[in-house]
Amino acid sequence: MLEASNLECVRGEKSLFSGLSFKLGEGTCLMVQGANGSGKTSLLRMICGLSPPAQGEIRWNGAPIRELAEDYRGELLYCGHAGAVKEELTAVENARLSATLAGAAVDEQAACAALRRLGLKGREDLPARVLSAGQKRRVALSRLLLEKRRLWVLDEPLTALDRDAVAQLCGLIDAHLAEGGLAVLTSHQDLPLAGRSETLRLD
Amino acid sequence: MGEVGLLAVFAAVIRRDLLLAMRRKSDVLTTLFFFVIVVSLFPLGIGPEMGLLRKIAPGVLWVAALLATMLSLPRLFAADHADGTLEQMALSAVPLGVLVAGKIVAHWLLSGLPLALLAPVLGLQFDLPADALGVLVLALLAGTPVLSLVGAVGAGLTLGVRGGGVLVSLLVLPLYVPVLIFGAGAVESHAVGLGAGAHLSLLAAFLALTAFFAPWATTVALRIALE
Repeated sequence: MLEASNLECVRGEKSLFSGLSFKLGEGTCLMVQGANGSGKTSLLRMICGLSPPAQGEIRWNGAPIRELAEDYRGELLYCGHAGAVKEELTAVENARLSATLAGAAVDEQAACAALRRLGLKGREDLPARVLSAGQKRRVALSRLLLEKRRLWVLDEPLTALDRDAVAQLCGLIDAHLAEGGLAVLTSHQDLPLAGRSETLRLD
Repeated sequence: MGEVGLLAVFAAVIRRDLLLAMRRKSDVLTTLFFFVIVVSLFPLGIGPEMGLLRKIAPGVLWVAALLATMLSLPRLFAADHADGTLEQMALSAVPLGVLVAGKIVAHWLLSGLPLALLAPVLGLQFDLPADALGVLVLALLAGTPVLSLVGAVGAGLTLGVRGGGVLVSLLVLPLYVPVLIFGAGAVESHAVGLGAGAHLSLLAAFLALTAFFAPWATTVALRIALE
């Protein structure tokens, strides 16, 4: 259960949003919508605990995330604008190392299987620098399959993805929600999700 | 799929940074060439005055090691910051301090350790006797990890700041002064027959102190930089 109360976000002198509250139960997805610069990414970074809110508090299962620290981060998967994909490493090295850095042990077979499922068959051992933007994004999204986390926070996950990949990602999110997971995501495109979803508008 | 131990993650971070460095060799080699060239310029500039060269050798080698380390510092976190890996590290279930400590060790393996191993070869140009070369290497082995540790704090504090490279020099070089004094002093006191024990012990004490505080301080600095 993710709960935010009375959040305020200040960037420079300007307050982007204030008095923002929401509750997100198990198996639910929160779609954050709003114009460019309305504070979507800032909100997502607050939910991750990367930047503290100017006011208000975010709680996970009743406890403030600031106090939970690593316990909360162990439940969280954040996929931001930057995909954390290293150009010098191959797709499979990227997938394995991201999982290790996050604290999950992943063997080569599991990493290859996840990449193949995301349509990167035959490209597992290519350095990421020769992959297209969409393929790099798929490498970054392989973490969704490799790290078992309850809360997914996805910032514009559809960027650069083709139609098939979008459908596949929707399937992944639906499966995650069906297992009782939570998801918070921003997108300028429509995401045809089958599971329960709520919309939060930042304007 | 399961959880991994802290030590395994620590080792994985070191391996990862070494692997990245092997795939992008120019970064590491620039630092080493810089060290070799700066040190080699002194005998060429001063000429074959053995007495003078022997006297300035420890200082020259240490100052060059300081500057070479400075050169590699801005790169310590910059690439990981730019491609989002640092955010992921900050959100890891593993404490960020463990990951940062791994990165610092990898930085030392790629800058400090090669400098210490190159030093005796370069010391020959200054006509340093074999036992003085030995002390020099020992002092560098104890002192260069301190440079990486203190440098990491500076690199963390200046991350994402425009002109961070210059700022990190202003911030970190003054903090390197004790290492410079006792590092170069070790060779000098050995040369005059006092023995290098006291100086080396002090360097080891600096190392113990910074190894304890620097990863923690770097973690705090990185979290602020990521906000």
